Amino acid sequence: MGTDFYMNTEGRKGVLSWILSTDHKRIGLLYLYAVLGFFLIGVIIGLLMRLELMAPGRTIVNARAYDSLFTLHGIIMIFFFIIPGVPSSLGNFFLPLQIGARDVAFPRLNLLSWWLYVIAGLTAISTIFLPGGPPDTGWTLYPPYSIKTPTNVSGTALAAFIVGFSSILTGLNFITTIHRLRAPGMTWFRMPLFTWTLYSTAWVQVLATPVLAITLLLLILERAFGTGFFDPAKGGDPLMFEHLFWIYSHPAVYVMILPAMGIISEIVPTFSRKTVFGYKAIVFSGLSIATLGYVVWGHHMFTSGMSDVSSMVFSFITFAVAVPSGIKVFNWIATMYKGSVEIKPPLLYAFAFIFLFSIGGLTGLVNSAVATNVHIHGTFFIVAHFHYTMFGGAGFAFFTGLHYRLPKMTGRMYNFRASTVACIVLFIGFNILYFPMFLLGWQGMPRRYYDYPPEFHGNNFISTIGSWILAAGLLIMFINLARSLFKGEKAGNNPWDGTTLEWQVSSPPPQENFEKIPHITRGPYSREKNIL
Amino acid sequence: MTDKVNEAFLVIMVICLALLGLVTFFMIFLAVRYRRGKNPNPEDISGSLPLEITWTVVPAILVFIMFWYGWVNFKAMRTVPEKAFNVNVTARMWSWSFEYPDGFKTTTLMVPAGRPVNLDIISEDVLHSLFIPAFKIKEDAVPGMHTRLWFTAPAPGEYTIFCSEYCGQGHSSMISKVVAMTEKDFSTWYQTHGDKEAVGKAVPDVPKLLDEHGCLDCHTTDGSELTGPSFKGIYGRKIVVISRGKERALTVDDAYLLSSVLYPDKDIVKGYEDIMPSFKDELSEKELAAIINYLKELK
Ligand SMILES: [Cu+2]
Ligand SMILES: [Cu+2]
Repeated sequence: MGTDFYMNTEGRKGVLSWILSTDHKRIGLLYLYAVLGFFLIGVIIGLLMRLELMAPGRTIVNARAYDSLFTLHGIIMIFFFIIPGVPSSLGNFFLPLQIGARDVAFPRLNLLSWWLYVIAGLTAISTIFLPGGPPDTGWTLYPPYSIKTPTNVSGTALAAFIVGFSSILTGLNFITTIHRLRAPGMTWFRMPLFTWTLYSTAWVQVLATPVLAITLLLLILERAFGTGFFDPAKGGDPLMFEHLFWIYSHPAVYVMILPAMGIISEIVPTFSRKTVFGYKAIVFSGLSIATLGYVVWGHHMFTSGMSDVSSMVFSFITFAVAVPSGIKVFNWIATMYKGSVEIKPPLLYAFAFIFLFSIGGLTGLVNSAVATNVHIHGTFFIVAHFHYTMFGGAGFAFFTGLHYRLPKMTGRMYNFRASTVACIVLFIGFNILYFPMFLLGWQGMPRRYYDYPPEFHGNNFISTIGSWILAAGLLIMFINLARSLFKGEKAGNNPWDGTTLEWQVSSPPPQENFEKIPHITRGPYSREKNIL
Repeated sequence: MTDKVNEAFLVIMVICLALLGLVTFFMIFLAVRYRRGKNPNPEDISGSLPLEITWTVVPAILVFIMFWYGWVNFKAMRTVPEKAFNVNVTARMWSWSFEYPDGFKTTTLMVPAGRPVNLDIISEDVLHSLFIPAFKIKEDAVPGMHTRLWFTAPAPGEYTIFCSEYCGQGHSSMISKVVAMTEKDFSTWYQTHGDKEAVGKAVPDVPKLLDEHGCLDCHTTDGSELTGPSFKGIYGRKIVVISRGKERALTVDDAYLLSSVLYPDKDIVKGYEDIMPSFKDELSEKELAAIINYLKELK
């Protein structure tokens, strides 16, 4: 075993050995820290929003400040946490390890995309301090309001524009890496499922993100020069923005959820000590989700004034996407059949994921049916639904992935009891926080509401209490994980008895990943291991 | 409309709860049944084609059923009956204006109960959405485009109207209501409201006017600040305004107040945004005069 990658500083000192490094493992960790930093900011803003909504009328801030809070919460959580989250941090670290490569195809491009991400993040945060103040449009940036408001919408759009390039570069890098750098013998169907979802995701990043870039550019031009693309008085059309925005932003949902599914697809077999059930079904369902995901964007627009026929078509295709998502869930569960299941923290988090994501996915069917959508669109029902999919889904999968892979990244193990407690507290807090929002939405409370009539008070109050429980869970979880970095016991090379390649190198992995590039002779979850 | 939405919702909910129950049950059951302590030696099963086909085809049929209920009920919600009573709706930051076939305007939506009402919706400024939770319907108000929505109020009574598309600081106070009356009450109201004499006799209730037209969403009467300058002590105040890009100082008088209500974009008070809509077609002369008198007194 060579020295681990923390030892090799490539001749640079201190922080420079990180922010100038082209090692995919270091970049993965850089992303991890940055992503968690933005997550923390997003959480604090979210807690403030819940505090404001605890009672009707003004509670802590005024209407404009509240509008900025939910806008920043959305922008930060979506563009700087969930979209880059899993692929850029865990993906960067583990993709080359999983396919038996020494690094990604373009290491310097990889570093550039991290830098773009950081610059974009700072740009987004800077809007708070620049004249005009933070944006107050909601993360959807719908014109004409986003053109009329004097707040810093252009700065925000610029930030999303830059982070888009970071995302495209990561996508390009991963696609090339997977095509060109797989170890000899690793055929497409011997590829681990996490790698497969990174592959599907990368294509979505490369193909859909340019649409967002163009849309944001048009918005900036419209604000700066009054070009009138979205202004009916000048022959433009506000609906065009909605179409363009969702042509990116719906596929982006799959950028968030596919890698999450990839994480779960590996954990269930590992902790059942058997191969995954329906490997090919999981692969093809992932690919078809990524493909169908491009043509469902109109489901965000059933009440926008779009034609009824469009609504029908978009509703139909949206329902179709539910089928492959279901296939994945069924295969995960079937994987445990006749296995030898040991519920360690990663599996516990995966179970929480499956339950919460199922609620998110199934309530998505209420949104997809046109008749019911007309009632719940633009209400708290939507807020509840996407927090169940994006936080209960993608977010919990990210936590799952962290518990599974952090011991490999740091070489140290966290405390099991604390992480089990954290998982239970998170799960309870999550449901108390978000479930009342389904009820509020069905009662008719619109989203992005600063103030509300008294009939909505009860559920809002309960929801705010839930936000504190959830925050406590996050605190326990992160303290436990952070503590493991310093005080954790040595994890060993393969604490979970995993079968994919990354578990066959030392923890933390050596600088070059593999002394000798392995030769692959088995499927990824076969219990007989490859010989390194 | 409610029954249409409810029917689709019920079908979807039954299917969803069944699936959620199934998934959760098997997840817990298999994890317990095949726990390591009880089953130390796993059997390496890598899949089953019949099962894959089953859980592809059955859900595909289920989602088609759900799609179908959603679509059919939606179609019924979109087909306006021929004899519907037509009202033109204008949305603006942050109030609603309802115009009846005879040109009369109100800020609450007056309708006959039991008769279909068709709304022809447009927006004057940004996106809004007209949402009546009691009837479970909504449709966006889009500038430059007419959208429509119809409903039948089942019984006389009041039903809240929310704006459900974010439109700025006044979004959550852009609330109005449907007032449904019996046919008889409605026709009495409809015939007298246009009667200038009858209206002329009544003294306008200014605080109510200010509230209904959304003025109070931005201007307070107690001196505290919202989006616009407070009404308190506004008369006679010395202010600096920006007119066509140039700054000038003036003292608030009758003429200035009138012009800021009718042509709000002419002179913008320095430090505030140019976002107020015009109330030229919304308020009668009598109402305007009453408002200005009211503001004079508000010291
Ligand atoms: Cu979508
Ligand atoms: Cu609104």
